[in-house]
Amino acid sequence: MIRFLFTGLIRDKHRSLIPFLVTSIGVMLTVVFHAWMTGVIGNSIEFNAKFSTGHVKIMTRAYAENASQTPNDLAILGTDTLMKIIPKLIPGMDFAERIYFGGIVDVPDNQGETRAQGPAMGIGIDLLSGDVSEAERLNLPSSLKEGRLPVNKNEVLLSRKFAERLDLEPGDTLTLVSTTMYGEFTLHNFVLAGTVEFGTTALDRGTVIADIGDVREALNMQDAAGEILGFLASGTYDDEKAGMTASRFNSRYSSADDEFSLVMKKLPELNNMDFLVEFSGKLKAILVAVFIIAMSLILWNAGLLGGLRRYGEFGMRLAIGEEKSHVYKTMIIESIIIGFFGSVAGTALGLTIALYLQNQGLDLGFMMKNASIMMPQVFRAHITPATFYIGFIPGFISAQVGTMLAGAGIYKRQTSQLFKELEA
Amino acid sequence: MKKIFLVSAAMILFANLYGQYPDGKELLSKIDYNMASENRYYESSMIIHGRRTALTFRLRTWTAGETKSFTEYLFPVREQGTKMLKLDDQLWIYSPSADRIIQIAGHMLRQSVMGSDLSYEDLMEDSKLSDQYNAKVTGTEIIEGRNCWIVELTAFVQEIAYHGKKIWVDQERNIPLKEELFAKSGTLLKRTQLSEVRRIGERWYPGRILFKDMLKEGEGTELVIEKIQFNISVPDHIFSKASLKK
Repeated sequence: MIRFLFTGLIRDKHRSLIPFLVTSIGVMLTVVFHAWMTGVIGNSIEFNAKFSTGHVKIMTRAYAENASQTPNDLAILGTDTLMKIIPKLIPGMDFAERIYFGGIVDVPDNQGETRAQGPAMGIGIDLLSGDVSEAERLNLPSSLKEGRLPVNKNEVLLSRKFAERLDLEPGDTLTLVSTTMYGEFTLHNFVLAGTVEFGTTALDRGTVIADIGDVREALNMQDAAGEILGFLASGTYDDEKAGMTASRFNSRYSSADDEFSLVMKKLPELNNMDFLVEFSGKLKAILVAVFIIAMSLILWNAGLLGGLRRYGEFGMRLAIGEEKSHVYKTMIIESIIIGFFGSVAGTALGLTIALYLQNQGLDLGFMMKNASIMMPQVFRAHITPATFYIGFIPGFISAQVGTMLAGAGIYKRQTSQLFKELEA
Repeated sequence: MKKIFLVSAAMILFANLYGQYPDGKELLSKIDYNMASENRYYESSMIIHGRRTALTFRLRTWTAGETKSFTEYLFPVREQGTKMLKLDDQLWIYSPSADRIIQIAGHMLRQSVMGSDLSYEDLMEDSKLSDQYNAKVTGTEIIEGRNCWIVELTAFVQEIAYHGKKIWVDQERNIPLKEELFAKSGTLLKRTQLSEVRRIGERWYPGRILFKDMLKEGEGTELVIEKIQFNISVPDHIFSKASLKK
């Protein structure tokens, strides 16, 4: 019977084409949307993790209370020892010391007098130890626009727009005006090694990136760091793992009575990232629910239209003695065939588009021009195992639901009226 | 009749009490006689009691009139040779480690000096109170065992760090022992306590001042005056940018 129905679907395009197209387009959109949203949310989470929050972050409790102000006077002390202990205590994670600081970049003229000035936000990271993981984490090699990465002491990177505004070129000297960990006024000379562009206004406005050793010297922060960021070995945020790690760390190091005891916070607890992480977790459920409801309505409608067109056919079949349940059953089997092939075609097409978006990405920098939050400029889709079935299952189910709803009308047909209808 | 008598008695008593208070303007002149000078040289220690640790700086300062000031840091080693020059409302800072002179803009003068509870203005301010404030004596109180006038000051000049002040002035020595400094909005910005008052020449002067920035955590900043000379001859070249790099 399936072969008979299949042949009927192939020969009668009016019966199959629209439901097939609707199903495959819907499935394709779901697959692309899922891959895109997974990518965009994941890109945003990881971008923030790399530049600001880590997957987990260690601070002093006092620092954590005012973390948005980067209060380096409340920084972690004894980081040399800590950085030896923590990787042993928490294996499977990479840890990196960071110092975030504010200040003014002052550019001297030939006489040593101020030629230009601008407010700066600085990041001190490991650039000179030979370990390139921090430079790669911040995507510095590919963000470099002019010059080179720092290879010598007291060399810095500036965001390109900031350097242009200050009329600085690689090789020029600049002075960082800031305050030390103890609140002392400090001036520290740097040489501009290169300029970078991250494609996000928050970073491109006035960022200074220097080796953490030089920043320590400038800010009188020997053996100290504002924050220690932890990154899961998988490279992507896992809330369960991060939560377990933070809980284990805090039970050992954190004390409510000591404002300078250490506290580990996981990514959703930092920079208001909880919404993104929560949304990411619920994305699949939201997509499946929206798809099934929307597609069922569309296919129901398509089924009703098909039912009207096949009104006579169903009447004839009932009139010659076919059971209502059998007619209904054949409609369901037809929709199973259409749903299956439509979902396969939609998934294949969706995966092709998602793969393209994953490899090429979309440059949405023009939309980020005035964004103050940290978002990447180029967004990419991300194909996960769920992408392979996220469209298929609801596409298949909604075809059945739509047909079931539309086909219910068969049971309302009165046998006594059939011949009158046929005569008419 | 009895009511009229009581009201009259109260008014006479009030008038007598108020009459016992010195004139505000006159009191400010006496305070200025002690605290202000044409020029001065002093060596001091600034002890900053932070949330985590105390940090001590030693510095020497020359001031001339109300507009010129020059400070050199002597300790700690990291800050040795750092110099600050204030001319009118402009401030230049020289750092020997960077060998740079940086100008600090007008509003930056209200920023903290070296993380202390003092602003650059606080450190370099030497204006006479009587040139900036109207004063009204409002009561008496005993501070550190000494009888003090409570004086409320309101600025009559525009560009000023503290629009209002409440000071407790030693009745005998005419020197403030406690001050509360207010913004125009009425917010208490700073509180100072002056102690170890000693006789220097013909004036009384505090040997120790504790500043507490009320908008900042920590235990405050102590300024200990170790040596002070008034109305000495200060060469003009000290108040020049050239002297910053010397």
